[in-house]
Amino acid sequence: MTDVAIRAESLAKEYRIGGLQDSYRTLRDVLAGAALGPLRAFQSLVRRSSGAGARREENEIIWALKDISFEVKSGEIVGLIGRNGAGKSTLLKILSRITEPSHGRARIHGRVGSLLEVGTGFHPELTGRENTYLNGAILGMKRAEIKRKFDEIVSFAEVERFVDTPVKHYSSGMYLRLAFAVAAHLEPEILLVDEVLAVGDAAFQNKCLGKMSDIAGEGRTVLFVSHNMPAIKNLCNRALLLDRGQIEREGEAASVVQYYLQGDYQSSKKVWAGAERPGNESFKLNAVRILDRDGAEAAAIKLSEPLTVEIDYEVVQPGAYVAFSLILYDADGYSLFGSVSNTEKNYYGRPLERGRYRSRCRISGDLLNAGKFSFSLVGFSANWTDHFRVDQVVSFEMTDDGSLRGDYYGIFGGPLRPRFPWETLAL
Amino acid sequence: MSGEAVKSREAQQQQEDEARRAAASASQAHEVLIEPSRGWAALRLRELWEYRELLYFLAWRDIKIRYKQTALGLAWAILQPFLTMLIFAVFFGKLARMPSDNVPYPLFAFAALVPWTFFANGLTQSSNSLVGSANLIKKVYFPRLVVPISVVLGGLPDFALSFLVLLGMMAYYGVAPQLAIVLWLPLLLLLALVTALGTGLWLSALNVKYRDVRYIVGFLTQIWMFATPVVYPASLLSGRWRLVYSLNPMVGVVEGFRWALLRTETAPGMAIVISATMSLLILVTGTFYFRRMEKTFADIV
Repeated sequence: MTDVAIRAESLAKEYRIGGLQDSYRTLRDVLAGAALGPLRAFQSLVRRSSGAGARREENEIIWALKDISFEVKSGEIVGLIGRNGAGKSTLLKILSRITEPSHGRARIHGRVGSLLEVGTGFHPELTGRENTYLNGAILGMKRAEIKRKFDEIVSFAEVERFVDTPVKHYSSGMYLRLAFAVAAHLEPEILLVDEVLAVGDAAFQNKCLGKMSDIAGEGRTVLFVSHNMPAIKNLCNRALLLDRGQIEREGEAASVVQYYLQGDYQSSKKVWAGAERPGNESFKLNAVRILDRDGAEAAAIKLSEPLTVEIDYEVVQPGAYVAFSLILYDADGYSLFGSVSNTEKNYYGRPLERGRYRSRCRISGDLLNAGKFSFSLVGFSANWTDHFRVDQVVSFEMTDDGSLRGDYYGIFGGPLRPRFPWETLAL
Repeated sequence: MSGEAVKSREAQQQQEDEARRAAASASQAHEVLIEPSRGWAALRLRELWEYRELLYFLAWRDIKIRYKQTALGLAWAILQPFLTMLIFAVFFGKLARMPSDNVPYPLFAFAALVPWTFFANGLTQSSNSLVGSANLIKKVYFPRLVVPISVVLGGLPDFALSFLVLLGMMAYYGVAPQLAIVLWLPLLLLLALVTALGTGLWLSALNVKYRDVRYIVGFLTQIWMFATPVVYPASLLSGRWRLVYSLNPMVGVVEGFRWALLRTETAPGMAIVISATMSLLILVTGTFYFRRMEKTFADIV
């Protein structure tokens, strides 16, 4: 008997942008495409030469995954980390057989349960009980199995009193708890988990993490995607870092996380082009940079000086509402604070015309302690909907210029070193 | 501790060990190879069978939701064919004086509308089923065939209800079926089901790629109804054309229903053989086409 649970050999996945991938085609498009092919080619030639270049080249190929090979031994808990678009979800989808690889192969020994989303197939009109059975069946549980675990699921979710209430009347917390509870009672030999812990409040997340560590303790094999670095470090034996569809680093979880968060791998500037650009229907990011006090790009900032996060983007849908949230993380991956763009007066909340824009957030000096930090960026459209997230988009280092140190040469603990006034009164 | 308790605990332990061993050997046996498929894919009907509970739950969900927030609830299952029958009875029966094989026209039309409605709803809903389940398809693995099949099966309770109404109408008009012939009904129903599913498989797979399909479906069912003896009797056609006509599998179904229940003289015979063959052909080709397209569903739906 082999003790390898998952063996991936040169897995690759390509997507065609502009062709199949461009949402969907209609027969008319196909017919028109055949008839207008030469005209289109001419048009795109004209556009490209005129420099507008807004239209993506047709049939552009994007490699979501490229030559991925790795092994997961049975009983191992492996973390899968990487920035957005690195291919983590695509990899899980291939291993769960939701989508096929374009090249390469993977062998899986054991029954697979995959959890790419909690509450898949939940229907608002159905009661908690009905949804539990339905969702369980969707996740691959047998009816007898769900029946046996039903009470446990309901009590884990803390929805005993509302079992026979349609879930549309549930609070979002109850809904999530029930959805996660069903999934958590799945007992496959190999569990593939996507970023399901990114939702819900802190209590819920702790509960999820607790359950994950139980699962880890039961000797099951888990492949676990998360942006929660402390969780990866605590739960996983090993981690894989994906970057642009390839394995950038593989090894002991703590060291891979370390590398991801503060290695040279991170940069203080991120620029995207073409179809790579993160965004939503309304706008796409072009670049995110860290600037120093003088407005120059910088990877190191002095403690006493302010820094600026600059976000360049293009509005592709006229009348778009654009809002951002920046979340700052320390070197261990703990989030320190978030800053939301609604404090801005002149542009925030106004519809923007098509075109390029630049938003800036200025973080004052004498706030952060020396060390490495990174930002994650969340973009929103009107009413904080339609959000997308770019994790660890830029990182930078704060260097100790002696600010606030005075004649003290000891240690300043913690990630912050804010300037607060002191005073002494004689009583 | 009593000896009995110890014994039962031992027995329990033994059971658990056995279960664990069974699970372990199952997992050894359970090896999946993931690689790109080329061309025509195997049907993997065995796997489909393993997912029968999901099939059941999805069908059950569809039925449950269909009538959950409607004022008339289950009455809709009856109203749709019944109101259609009334309209037909007025326009075709009374005004156009359509012949109806010596059966009262309302009964004549309704006997056809019951299987027809089951077929047309199954066809329409299964055609949209994959697109409607996009979220499921993108997030969970299961044999995709489950989706259209569950939708077509979900139409059976509606059929049963309207069939009861049909029996009521037969009683009202004093028409008694011949029991020996009635035994054909399940087979005819199966034929309607297979035809709806086969067509649904084709259209649902096409619909993922070409969203025009949903417009075609409405049009298609309308034309199909007029190519089927729903409002008129098949006996209007001369013998030779009847066989060509039976290439439409629903001809066999509808004529069969009338023959079995209303004792019309158009015993389908050869027609039913042709209809069944066509229907199987649609199902088999539809299933293969569906399986071939299946690998792209999650990426483009």
